[in-house]
Amino acid sequence: MGVEGIGARVARKEDKRFLTGKGRYTDDMSVPGMKYAVFVRSPHAHAKILKVDASAAKGMPGVIDVLDGKQILADGIGNLICGWMIHSKDGSPMKMGAWRPLAHETVRYVGDAVAIVVADSVAEARDAAEAVVVDYQELPVVIDASKAIEAGQPQLHPEAPNNLIFDWQIGDETATDKAIATAAHVTEVTIHNNRLSPNPMEPRAALGIYDAGDDHYTCYTTSQNPHVARLVMSAFYNVAPENKLRVIAPDVGGGFGSKIYIYPEEIVCLWASKRTGVPVKWTSDRTEAFLTDAHGRDHVSTVKMAFDASNRIIGLKVDTIANLGAYMSLFSSAVPTYLYATLLSGQYDIPAIHANVRTVYTNTAPVDAYRGAGRPEATYLLERTMETAARELGVSPAELRRVNFIRSFPHQTPVIMNYDAGDYEASLDAAMQAADWNGFAARKAEAANRGMKRGIGMSCYIEACGIAPSAAVGSLGAGVGLWESAEVRVNAVGTIEVLTGSHSHGQGHETTFAQLVADRFGVPLDSVNIVHGDTDKVQMGMGTYGSRSGAVGMSAVVKALDKVEAKAKKIAAHLMEADESDIVIENGELKVAGTDKSVPWFQMALAAYTAHNLPSGMEPGLKEGAFYDPANFTFPAGCYICEVEVDPDTGRTKIVQFVAADDFGNIINPMIVEGQVHGGIAQGIGQALLESVHYDASGQLLTASYMDYAMPRADDLPSFQVSTSNTPCPNNPLGIKGCGEAGAIGSPPALINAITDAIGNNALTMPATPQKVWAAAHAAK
Amino acid sequence: MYETQYHRASSVQDAVSRMEAAGEGKYVSGGMTLIPTMKQRLAAPSDLIDLRHIAEMQGISVNGRSVRIGAATTHDEVASAAALKAVCPAICHLAGHIGDPHVRHMGTIGGSIANNDPAADYPAAVLALGATIVTNRREIAADDFFTGLFETALEDSEIITAITFDAPAKAAYQKFANPASRYAMAGVFVAKRDNGEVRVAVTGAGANGVFRQMDMEAALAANWSPDALATVSVDATDLLSDLHADAAYRANLVKVMAKRAVAAA
Repeated sequence: MGVEGIGARVARKEDKRFLTGKGRYTDDMSVPGMKYAVFVRSPHAHAKILKVDASAAKGMPGVIDVLDGKQILADGIGNLICGWMIHSKDGSPMKMGAWRPLAHETVRYVGDAVAIVVADSVAEARDAAEAVVVDYQELPVVIDASKAIEAGQPQLHPEAPNNLIFDWQIGDETATDKAIATAAHVTEVTIHNNRLSPNPMEPRAALGIYDAGDDHYTCYTTSQNPHVARLVMSAFYNVAPENKLRVIAPDVGGGFGSKIYIYPEEIVCLWASKRTGVPVKWTSDRTEAFLTDAHGRDHVSTVKMAFDASNRIIGLKVDTIANLGAYMSLFSSAVPTYLYATLLSGQYDIPAIHANVRTVYTNTAPVDAYRGAGRPEATYLLERTMETAARELGVSPAELRRVNFIRSFPHQTPVIMNYDAGDYEASLDAAMQAADWNGFAARKAEAANRGMKRGIGMSCYIEACGIAPSAAVGSLGAGVGLWESAEVRVNAVGTIEVLTGSHSHGQGHETTFAQLVADRFGVPLDSVNIVHGDTDKVQMGMGTYGSRSGAVGMSAVVKALDKVEAKAKKIAAHLMEADESDIVIENGELKVAGTDKSVPWFQMALAAYTAHNLPSGMEPGLKEGAFYDPANFTFPAGCYICEVEVDPDTGRTKIVQFVAADDFGNIINPMIVEGQVHGGIAQGIGQALLESVHYDASGQLLTASYMDYAMPRADDLPSFQVSTSNTPCPNNPLGIKGCGEAGAIGSPPALINAITDAIGNNALTMPATPQKVWAAAHAAK
Repeated sequence: MYETQYHRASSVQDAVSRMEAAGEGKYVSGGMTLIPTMKQRLAAPSDLIDLRHIAEMQGISVNGRSVRIGAATTHDEVASAAALKAVCPAICHLAGHIGDPHVRHMGTIGGSIANNDPAADYPAAVLALGATIVTNRREIAADDFFTGLFETALEDSEIITAITFDAPAKAAYQKFANPASRYAMAGVFVAKRDNGEVRVAVTGAGANGVFRQMDMEAALAANWSPDALATVSVDATDLLSDLHADAAYRANLVKVMAKRAVAAA
């Protein structure tokens, strides 16, 4: 692997600029003549807009203009869309209501944008925004998804009667019902998956620049996928055709899914720049982020898991209601369907599965993918159910899982997915050993002497990453292909640029992608630069989400490297008058195997560009591109074990041990992988212990600041014990599975299983706040 | 934040003059609540008159068991004052657990008490220690000072200049922090005087702000031990209920924190 190649613990190249404050984020961008935008937002969760009166605001100091929803409609800017078509079980297409970038008739959640104020300064724009008088007629509000689909509830969109977007199913209901009817035991539970705010460190921002001379737009924005943003803004929102729209996502400070989507603000800033003739910059404040960043999760499910007399699962039936909020965000329909229900087999051999999913409009912020996206919902549901079943059946949780593990691969589940490789028992054994599972009873007794209730819980997760084979997702309704593209550009002096459609917003691509090149050609890491995040620089791309950058993005780089290597060998063979099949590349040199003849890498590159002495018919230059379309999803899996102590007097939970044993396939940089696992577990613990979005009955967001939205902090977390035991993925050239989401997927059920074990009461919902744990512990007495 | 005029007062009299000349003036003494509130445009004082740099409001003096803390003394200074720690470690412990290091180096005891946030820590100490709030006009007993949520006996332009109290024989503060804000969801300060008098003050839990828990005081006066509180029932009627903790849970926390405070004293 070398000190900088695949598998090396290379320190992150990008950290120098991040740690010294030299990062360049969207809000750092400044262009001549730039002005500042503030959005006028609805204070009501549901209301008709009777009138928008901006006359006073337009006359205020520094104000350039105030633009509203009627104007953007008149200019032909389109509706925001959901890009994944789901059909209900009756064959009807999902019922998508109109989402206007600026509402002109109806507002449907607190924070819905109504107008944009452009002014010389943020302060002046804010003053003027307060002076925009919007005459609202309030309408009744519904927050809870289960309630919203009942008769007689407030209706959000005329297109969706009873607020039902689709009523979808997967699997074989008849076979599943039959299994349940004949089962020796059926475990029934109701599972709540709490609503979360994504909270990237950098809030969203957009800078729209219209150049009237060239009739061309530039958009700096906080995006995980600038090419997708350009595609969607061109093809669906009618902002500008692709050749007249450049999207740049510079340094981006975290996304967790929330920066996949195209939001109203970037569209409106671009449009407002043309309308006002000045570049327009908007930066979200933290309250706006709580109000308008797409939330995650918010499922309620009922579950029946059927077992035969030997504790083997013979059927699983799930009925889920998913709250999608006031509008359908870009991938919102895919999350509670193909990213969720297709993982309901977990690590288990289950012959019959049926899931029914209803998605629902409510007067809340849109809900879309958040780290894990559907897979945490599936894992939490399954692993809480498995734990409950083990307690009901009186068997150890590990034993129940062992009995049901899938042991031969490939394995076709009843819910589409075909698992390619894995060794679930290896992860389970590794985790149990690391956690000293067998010593738990003694630790519990010792804790009891101190008045503490100690509990232990496990979670065996699987996820589908590396999204995704384009034809497969196309057949399931995706509006896009999910390939990735790369270009490898060798300069005349031998330094190398890799242009990738993946986008790094914390993942460390500038290091790991460069490691691929260092590994292949033996050149120093410092001679390799990764170029990403700019549609004018990078040829094409689908961006970073769903743990796809390693499995898909790097695979595209590998394909391009193959082409570069082949041409480099031809050139070297020509220069050394050798056969190209005898050329090997080592330590920055192209050598003729078995001889002392060699050409330095840089000399070969120079030859490619001087073109004085190339093989007959060869084009000058050394630059190759590739697209990679994955053959299958990848299937990272693992086992997490959490041990807690609950203070019965206060209900406070202290995590005393957290073990993660993961199978990520081959690993490019173990240090970065560990960082991803640490961050993912922290977010998962956040969901399980602390975080929850709350609206009151009138639709006001109660958790609109960190005073009320509890984020995990260092002292909430233990030191994690992480390890990997890897089975390489057989379906991509590097054998990578992906690691970005695992921590957030696997950890919540392990934690809740541990707390419920500690207090002896299985009835506990996330987040397990001290109050809830205290009440549940007392109810158990 | 709306536009405001900042003044750095040089003396108490200078501060009063500037306040009386201001349209909608506000004293600031650290601003750890006020500044965020202004940033959210929820407060719009025309003038901010900063009390933190007034010499006569600085510092801690301990004479025997008699303590005086200047109102502009920061939490960090209180937390790390050796002379104070020698006679009343409980208040140092309390100050050392307010907010985070940034807050503790900006926020002041006078600012905290004048604001009377129902979840702030200092009001519990001031009330349980039976302290005296010294202002530029008078001396106010702690029992008369805290009059409701964010309400105090202070009159317009009146300035707290110092807090004085006699160090107790025993005292301790225990709080259970809100998981999000880390303010007290229930904080209990217990203090026992040399004459046997016991005062128990509760912050974070009361619907009307800080209050004394008289039943606990009586029980502890009779028997200064955590067990003495076992039979005391905490009435949840006037306790706060919010997203994070309902009144019944807060009632439990008050009792648990009181027991732990007695144990720690």
